[in-house]
Amino acid sequence: MSADTSTEQRVGARDGADTADAADETAATTETTDSSRSADPVIELSDVEFGYTATPVVRDISLAIEPGEYLAVVGPNGSGKSTLMKLMLGLLEPDQGTATLFGESAHRFDDGQRVGYVAQHASASKEMPITVREVVKMGRFPHVGFGTLSSEDWQVVDEALVTVGMGEFANRRITQLSGGQRQRAFIARALASEAEMLVLDEPTVGVDAESVDAFYDLLESLNDQGITVLLIEHDLGAVTDHADRVVCLNGRVHFDGPTEEFVDSDALARAFGTAANLAGDGG
Amino acid sequence: MTGAILTWLVAAVLDPVANLSAAGLSLGVGLPETMAALQSSPLDSVLAPLYWVLDQWSGFVGWIAKWTGLQVLEYNFMHRAILVGLCIGVMAPLIGTFLVHRQLALIGDALAHTAFAGVAIGLFLNATIELGVTPYLTAVVVAMIAALLIELISEVTDAYNDVSMAIVLSTGFALGTTLISINAGGLTVSIDQYLFGNLSTVTSQSAAVLLVLFAIIVSVVAVTRNQLLYVTFDETAARVSGIPVDWYNRIVVMLTAMVVVGAMQIMGVILVAAMLVVPVAGASQVARSFNEALLVSIVLAELAVLIGIGLSYYAGATAGGVVVLVAVAIYVLAVAIGKVQTAAGEESTPEMGSIDVQSGSSSD
Repeated sequence: MSADTSTEQRVGARDGADTADAADETAATTETTDSSRSADPVIELSDVEFGYTATPVVRDISLAIEPGEYLAVVGPNGSGKSTLMKLMLGLLEPDQGTATLFGESAHRFDDGQRVGYVAQHASASKEMPITVREVVKMGRFPHVGFGTLSSEDWQVVDEALVTVGMGEFANRRITQLSGGQRQRAFIARALASEAEMLVLDEPTVGVDAESVDAFYDLLESLNDQGITVLLIEHDLGAVTDHADRVVCLNGRVHFDGPTEEFVDSDALARAFGTAANLAGDGG
Repeated sequence: MTGAILTWLVAAVLDPVANLSAAGLSLGVGLPETMAALQSSPLDSVLAPLYWVLDQWSGFVGWIAKWTGLQVLEYNFMHRAILVGLCIGVMAPLIGTFLVHRQLALIGDALAHTAFAGVAIGLFLNATIELGVTPYLTAVVVAMIAALLIELISEVTDAYNDVSMAIVLSTGFALGTTLISINAGGLTVSIDQYLFGNLSTVTSQSAAVLLVLFAIIVSVVAVTRNQLLYVTFDETAARVSGIPVDWYNRIVVMLTAMVVVGAMQIMGVILVAAMLVVPVAGASQVARSFNEALLVSIVLAELAVLIGIGLSYYAGATAGGVVVLVAVAIYVLAVAIGKVQTAAGEESTPEMGSIDVQSGSSSD
């Protein structure tokens, strides 16, 4: 409680130079960790099949995501995008096949420091009284466990807030924010976790167009620093503009390869049908 | 880690003798003779140190009574009742906060009604095998088993649904009334005090049991506050961040069972859930941050308890009902204050910054 108030004042007092210094330092540490780790796939699915009932939602899924990739999973509604994401994160256990996360069985994986997650939150309105800063603080919980946040932890929290342009909103109640602002807060939480991989489930739903562009630029700059980005996306335009690799899903994988090839292929037509193909060209 | 906490938690409640006997034996020696003579149950040697605490508290309140001249504070039963009330005012909103914001307000009601079955079992055992423990202890055990059942059902079916909750609620109450009616011949205790709560029937033993529950609840929440907050706010993200969500859900429902039984002494089965819900609802009208909400809900609950007990004494009414009415009045006031706050706060909206790609590099 007392730590909360003392650092709250710090938000206003911080200056830009501070942030830039910290940037260089932390970027350096990221590089060393990257090189020290082997290049095992971050996520590996082999012959994965899963269904909530007897009918499988996704099947014959085999793919591997290497460290540092920027991968987008696209597909029409009900194509199993979110299910696939849950399988990758170990929130669901495959009926058949195996899913591994950082080399461990995804379902048993519990090193929360390595994965940051942004859900499609904008639509969910919670009545819970909680400030933006308290939400972003949760990103540090995997690091502190049962302990309290150190001043370094709070610094990471405040930097994440500044990064998403929400520094001024730190002490606002999250229920008072617009959908876009709320989503920024959740992105800041994922940033504050300092994860090696960011998983985002349709993160820009309900976010204003201007922020969407800036948001994808942010993802790209994070990816440039070696963070693996996994994007579940409905907006095909955003995907083709930003992701390096596309997985097109509709129950099974229709396409998996570099974005340029995806644009030229007929995978869209097969997965979405003709109407969506047009929409994809337009976007 | 969490497994260990839970095992300890279960052990602490199911078998307080094993956990506290060491302390009880070493400290119990120096107790006043009168204390030991009054009670005769096997629990008493274990709870002896707490009886000493109750004695001190009683002395303190008696001293306040002398200074203030408040008649209400002169009776020994009132001393215990006020202590129990103060504890309820902390632990009910503390746990209620983690329930209300997950739309689990009803679970307190369901557990209170199953706890009633526990009371009936306790009365039954006391009458038949002369167990000599307060029925609130058997109520804790039964309510915690029911809590775990509700949680396990929800894990299997992937949802807390109001149908299963309603079934648990009525089963508990039906079991309680059946046991009590079978047992009626040998029973002199009125069940009114369990249904509606009663200030004057708070015994030293049940007050001591409440202190144990209070200590367990507050320390478990203090240790696991980060995880509980994350799970309450965003269960999926909490799961991704490596928190064993199911374990924390089990902890919360078991703590809820403890709170419910603890608060039952004063509030009664029927009104106990109000203390979990009403102060929390009031606090979330006026508070901005989560920490603030926790604090405000405790303050509101304490106000309701103290004003309620005082009013009920002078009006000669049931404390439980008056406390809840005061709590609801405070809630209405909080809603009004919240509205005024929102109206006054709307003009100052800060400019939203742009997403800063450059400093984005700083966050990792």
